[in-house]
Amino acid sequence: MTSSHNLHLKTYAMLLIMVLFAPLGNVFLGKGMKNVGSAVSWSPSQLLHILSLVLKSGYIWLGIACLLTFFVAYLLILSWADYSYVQPTSSITLLVVALLGYFYLGERIAPLHWAGIIVICLGVFVVGNTPPRTTGAGAD
Amino acid sequence: MLEAFLLFLVVVSGTGGEICVTRAMKSVGEVDDFRPLAVARVISHALKVSWMWIGVSMMALAFFSLLAVLSIENVSFVVPITALNYAAGALGGKFFLGERVTPRRWAGVLIVCVGVTLVWLGKR
Repeated sequence: MTSSHNLHLKTYAMLLIMVLFAPLGNVFLGKGMKNVGSAVSWSPSQLLHILSLVLKSGYIWLGIACLLTFFVAYLLILSWADYSYVQPTSSITLLVVALLGYFYLGERIAPLHWAGIIVICLGVFVVGNTPPRTTGAGAD
Repeated sequence: MLEAFLLFLVVVSGTGGEICVTRAMKSVGEVDDFRPLAVARVISHALKVSWMWIGVSMMALAFFSLLAVLSIENVSFVVPITALNYAAGALGGKFFLGERVTPRRWAGVLIVCVGVTLVWLGKR
């Protein structure tokens, strides 16, 4: 295998990890917090009780582990790939979150909501295709 | 109202935290040695910069606000709204870090804001 082929392979592997683990992390956090429930009042004892439930929730820890996996993959890929190449990927994660919410969590998503998500993805893609550095050496 | 306040904290505190961490790392200087000892030295240097602690505190506040808002709202609503980070990041980058934000990036930020508005209206 050529080094260029290896570079593409590891880049796609990292992108796949990012696109899967960031949405999974958010979805598990969402599921965990739905199980924990919202605070009835904002008294310190109530907040401490909620915090203890959060720390005991397997879904929350699973979500944190997924987000950490995403973060490590993100840091690693940034060591060889351009920021402007990597950032548009985060637009895909927004769509994956919505799909997981719809199919895995059974959330109801209105057509206007779907349209909004697609427009956001487009916007993030446009933001990502701009120069990653505008100050100091190497700026455009 | 509570959800709007929590989402505001997620976006503003999260972006503010990232900007403070960026400012701290810029004062530490560019990292070009990735050996474990050198990385540990960079981290210990970064932890002596007060911006780093302000940034980490703000990011922690954003994380707990995210957990709080996820307890009352669907993840398919909350996560797309947090894309407002791009708008807050562009404003913070321009006014706090002195970055030059290109017209194309502003256009992207505007499209994100339109999308967030549609998501918000779609939920009502």
